[in-house]
Amino acid sequence: MNTNSNSYKFKQYTMFAGVATVLFGLVVIVPFIYGLYLTFTSWDGVSKTKPFVGFSNYATAFSDVDYWHALGRTFIYAAIAVILVNIVAFVLAFLVTRGLKGQNFFRAGFFVPNLIGGIVLGYVWKFVFNRAFVALGTAIGSGTLSVSWLSTPTGAMICMIIVSVWQYAGYMMLIYVAGFMSVSEDVIEAAFIDGCTNLQSVIHVSIPLMASSFVQCLFLSITRCFMVYDVNLSLTNGEPFNSSVMAAMHVYNQAFTYKNFGPGQAEAFILFIVCAVIGIAQVYVGKKAEVGA
Amino acid sequence: MDNQKAAVQKKIAHGLMIAVLIVVFLAFIFPFILVIINVFKTKADITSNPLNLIGAHGFTMKNFPEAMKKMNFVRSFGNSLFITVISTVLTILFASMTAFVIVRNKWKACGALFGLMIASMVIPFQVLMIPLVSFYGGIFGLLNHRATLIFMHIGFSMSMATFMFHGAIHTNVPIALEEAATIDGCSRWQTFWKVVFPLLKPTIATVAIIDAMAFWNDYLLPSLILGKKELYTLPIATQIFYGTFSTDIGLIMAALLLAMLPILILYLFLQRYIVEGVTAGSVK
Repeated sequence: MNTNSNSYKFKQYTMFAGVATVLFGLVVIVPFIYGLYLTFTSWDGVSKTKPFVGFSNYATAFSDVDYWHALGRTFIYAAIAVILVNIVAFVLAFLVTRGLKGQNFFRAGFFVPNLIGGIVLGYVWKFVFNRAFVALGTAIGSGTLSVSWLSTPTGAMICMIIVSVWQYAGYMMLIYVAGFMSVSEDVIEAAFIDGCTNLQSVIHVSIPLMASSFVQCLFLSITRCFMVYDVNLSLTNGEPFNSSVMAAMHVYNQAFTYKNFGPGQAEAFILFIVCAVIGIAQVYVGKKAEVGA
Repeated sequence: MDNQKAAVQKKIAHGLMIAVLIVVFLAFIFPFILVIINVFKTKADITSNPLNLIGAHGFTMKNFPEAMKKMNFVRSFGNSLFITVISTVLTILFASMTAFVIVRNKWKACGALFGLMIASMVIPFQVLMIPLVSFYGGIFGLLNHRATLIFMHIGFSMSMATFMFHGAIHTNVPIALEEAATIDGCSRWQTFWKVVFPLLKPTIATVAIIDAMAFWNDYLLPSLILGKKELYTLPIATQIFYGTFSTDIGLIMAALLLAMLPILILYLFLQRYIVEGVTAGSVK
């Protein structure tokens, strides 16, 4: 059998990767290209014809103030949530790798929010913020608690951040745990012999050796927070007065609520460019961290 | 003397760390506890005081059957299970096969496919949702079929799963084993299924856990594809139910608990594998 012939290669490729190529192509590549085409047409979602309109959808997207507000809001929300998620996750990972009794139990427990979808989590927390906190606030006579946080714009953002930290910290913790465990005990022991305290050994030995965990957690949490939709929908639904509409929800509403498919798709592409920049930065920083470690 | 002092300090430090862990743990589970407390109360009792352990009207079980019926729980659960299982199994089969041909051959087509897959990971779903609906719904009229959703689930998860299997085959499958199989008369197809695939078990577990959780909990894609009541998955059913009965808080509590229960029960049994699988999936 000639393993260099094109017919052999074609058969082998089709046999192993044929289905995957077709599925991946039809679900990701074709819609992506078709989506790019849609940004240059005006389409109402119903009619058969899609008139070509040039760059006017992009012009509409750039002048859509609500979109830029949503994008700016998403940046602020993501920045705060990402920092808090990673701090909480790192501290938890530190605590559950000290060899304490029951550390496996804690690891498993902190991961629980990740098992449940954003829709359900959002509704659970809506109950907590709207009913439980308010009842507690009234009972102890606290002014800040007795009004639902979800009823003010700033409060709704704080609620989104709290839920995101609660949702993702357990997942990121597991990545940091893997990082802590990858640092060999000999190195830590050597640090102790050299007179390091526990804290110093973490700061000067573990953290530099865990650079790749940090890169991974940071970018994972950035992309997750940036794309937030489910929790946004169930927890705040953009309320009050559209003050908590994040970028993903804005694109969804633009397309499926207001039927502005062209501008909606153009706004989605702007979102894609932001994500691509984040993705490229990840590869770049990741490579640098690997070289540094 | 110094040793004793160090030992006492260590004990104090351990005590403090455990105290912090317990406090954070309580913060992590109290929303669930609140749902569990309130699910056994009447609507009036929840409204008057959601923090009471037992309401003035006592303990009630009647929220469950009503919520189950109204959110079409059995049907939605069945849909979710069917879609999750089929999508996960097929993703594993196709992705591992693809990774195998990519790792073992330096062909241009393989490199191109893998490069496209890696690059596609930065595409946010929002970019694809409008074309997907317009293409498969508008042009082909394929919405409202569970098969369409399964097809898309597999397509979307293909790049990540292939990437993970790629790493596993690259590092964990010795090429000498494959050569031995070839000498023994195995074709490439047989070599893959009899030699390579069994060696991928840990990665199969990781991919299965990560993808099954993603499929089970996905809301946006299924909500765009499945618009008929009898096709709803659990997250869609929960969302629709909340929209319809949001004032009947007792029913809402029951619906939320029902939506969480299946995966929590599964977690009780598979907890070790899930935690290990996710941890392993992160080390690359």
